[in-house]
Amino acid sequence: MNQTLAGYANLALYSAMAVFTLSMLAYAVYLAALVPARADTRSALATDREAALVGGSGAGGPAPVAATAVGDDVSPRARKAAGMARSLGLLGTFILLLSVTMRGIAVERWPLGNMFEFGTFACLFVMVFYAIQSTRRDVRWLGLFVTAPVLLVLGLASTIWYTQASGVMPSLRSYWLVIHVTVATISVAVFTIGAALAALYLYQLRAEESGGRSFMNRLPDAKALEGMSYGLHIIGFPLWTFTVIAGAIWARQAWGSYWNWDPKEVMSFIIWVIYAAYLHARATSGMSRAQATWVALAGFAAILVNYGIVNVYFVSQHSYSGLG
Amino acid sequence: MTDTKTRRDEGVVQPRLSFTGWLRWIWRQLTSMRTALMLLLALAVAAVPGAVIPQRSIDAGRTADWIAAHKTAGPLLDRLGFYEVYASPWFAAIYLLLFVSLVGCVLPRSHVHWRAMRSMPPRAPKRLERLTAHTSAEVDGEPEAVLEAARAALRRKRFRTHSHDVTTVSAEGGLLKETGNLVFHLSLIGVIAGVAIGHLLGWKGDVILPEGQTFANTAIRYDTPINAGPWVDTSGMKPFTVTLDKLDATFEQDVKGKGQFGSPRDFTAYVTTTDQPGAAARETTIRVNHPLSVPGATVFLLGNGYAPKVTVHDGSGNVVYSESTPFLARDNNYTSLGAIKVASAEPKELGFTGFFLPTGTIDPVRGPISLFPQALKPMLVLSLYEGTLAPGGRPQSVYTLDTSEMTPVTNAADTDNLRIALQPGQTFTLPGGRGSITFEEVHRFAGLSIRHDPGKWVTLASALLALVGLVTSLVIRRRRVFVRVSPGAELGRTLVSVGGLAKDDDDGLSEVLTDVLSTLTAATGERR
Repeated sequence: MNQTLAGYANLALYSAMAVFTLSMLAYAVYLAALVPARADTRSALATDREAALVGGSGAGGPAPVAATAVGDDVSPRARKAAGMARSLGLLGTFILLLSVTMRGIAVERWPLGNMFEFGTFACLFVMVFYAIQSTRRDVRWLGLFVTAPVLLVLGLASTIWYTQASGVMPSLRSYWLVIHVTVATISVAVFTIGAALAALYLYQLRAEESGGRSFMNRLPDAKALEGMSYGLHIIGFPLWTFTVIAGAIWARQAWGSYWNWDPKEVMSFIIWVIYAAYLHARATSGMSRAQATWVALAGFAAILVNYGIVNVYFVSQHSYSGLG
Repeated sequence: MTDTKTRRDEGVVQPRLSFTGWLRWIWRQLTSMRTALMLLLALAVAAVPGAVIPQRSIDAGRTADWIAAHKTAGPLLDRLGFYEVYASPWFAAIYLLLFVSLVGCVLPRSHVHWRAMRSMPPRAPKRLERLTAHTSAEVDGEPEAVLEAARAALRRKRFRTHSHDVTTVSAEGGLLKETGNLVFHLSLIGVIAGVAIGHLLGWKGDVILPEGQTFANTAIRYDTPINAGPWVDTSGMKPFTVTLDKLDATFEQDVKGKGQFGSPRDFTAYVTTTDQPGAAARETTIRVNHPLSVPGATVFLLGNGYAPKVTVHDGSGNVVYSESTPFLARDNNYTSLGAIKVASAEPKELGFTGFFLPTGTIDPVRGPISLFPQALKPMLVLSLYEGTLAPGGRPQSVYTLDTSEMTPVTNAADTDNLRIALQPGQTFTLPGGRGSITFEEVHRFAGLSIRHDPGKWVTLASALLALVGLVTSLVIRRRRVFVRVSPGAELGRTLVSVGGLAKDDDDGLSEVLTDVLSTLTAATGERR
């Protein structure tokens, strides 16, 4: 164990958090600057709607999708804020990657052995995933809703979940740690963004019904948000399925039986069943998309319970929180 | 006539269902998507208590404590099966209904899908511009040639094509989506089947094996009754042997942080194994995550602890007991409890009970306690009882002393109960000419779990197949594309219209149409 290097990893983590905070603030400024001034709201909205109509019923080309809802007519102030936010976000992601790498070298193993390490790793994946998405389409409007939960988790990880750099117990010394826990972390990251979009969709639905003016007018419409949320959930669900299967294979190696109804296994099963229910709900005629989305959010609530409560408070073979 | 009239007067009357009609109605309800959804949510909710309340199958002791601590709810929940949730009738009811619903939904769908795969894509609708996605253009070339090019373009995109007439092509793609979906659901049945095979034909047993001792695989050699499925013949078990030569354990010593110092880091059991008594011996190791495969079973290292070797002499100096005696750890520093039962002692049977402490100290408040899991300062702290070890010949736990028909032996001065504290190599002379006890040396024991599950491969293969099916069903889009050609405004020109239909929201559909059209323009040239 290299405690000096682990110390540098922590310093990098704090720096990443500071940079993410600035990035989050810049994203907030961007959203605030998006809200059109009262006078030109009506006309701007009208233009948007017209554009949507033309696009939707036009004789050819694809209907305008999500990202185009935030038009190019953003104020220079907003554009500048978003540019800063994005650069800072990328910088923070890079520093976080550095921190996780140094931690891995310091502990001489894959850095996914306790809750502190899961937390930072998951945040890294969320930020990387967001960075990749942002090269494909305009997701600047999503920045605030991604950096805020990431900062929250990093804050918890670096304080109450913090675990000194050390080795792991014998049952964790397996290459399945790399496979099972990494995929679990990725799928949690994907579900997190999916849940953020799901919540935005439900909020947007209400905003559209009430017809009020807010920055929500400048976000993609409810239908597009729902589509993006679904798109992420159908990535997350197979990943979670793989997580459960890989976990079962590892459980057989380490504990002798591939399924022991251990509390963590039960929660993983519950999460899987809830997301399966979400996919069914979305395909059930007579169920609205909003109702289905509530099921997806229930699935995310189960993920939070699994991570935050089962890890720490339940008597389980998965008691690796490192919190003693 | 009058009949219908009176009925009409009585208001709306539900159609009368015969018995089979009711059955059909129930079946249709059960196999509906909405029911499947409700059952899924019910399954998720029903699984929760098993994670919150201690379960007998995982920790019987903790379950008993929990019931004792909850005077009213404890026994009530016991009657409702809350301590064996996953074996309870209500949990089984939910998943069985779910699987009946699944089969009832998937089998008819498989039939429909089978027919769809063997049938041709349907005739193109009259007006393609009414489809959700559509586009058109005028291109160079005769209508027949353009249609042929369109057919080729669609085939390259893995669409099945068919022309119902000379001016149209109907194409269908993504039938694999439904195949994947059906494979996923049917594979779940395979997962359940694998679990069932494991329960019927599998067995498991636990054994505590001190260093230097040999285990031979017969049902009676196990410490706890062997847990075998109803179809297992335990007399026919393969008679392999495992000898524990040495057990290595290492614990965290460098990191002093909370929850880390003293945590286990590695356990390795060095063993010699034979496939049957007398067969060629093979030296190998069993480690956590690295079980040992033997004929007909797998041996896992799931526990470990200390088995101090103790020798007891009687008053005349004869050895009456000399064994490595396992003491079971009850905390993370291996403060261990155990019993030494000397049944051949005269005139009364002797029983020692107490603690083994790898790094021992006698805490003024907490009593004998170990401070570290490694044997740095090993210590045996015992008290002595005499009388009958097994009252009424009842079977006894090896690790605890039943003192109901025994009396404590007091110290030489007769002021208090006798307390023996020994370090390795030390001998204690028992009062009243009862002989002596010697703590020879520290041995460790390995807690081995030996298991056989013939269903695991069925479960694994089915689970992986389900995953493949799932990904297929989520990635592939089911689409229908129709192309119609008609002569253009001038000779040698053709008007092509393309329309598409998708099952769900499909952002990519119009892209497919544009793609097909641009292939045609590229192939035949477009002039505006």
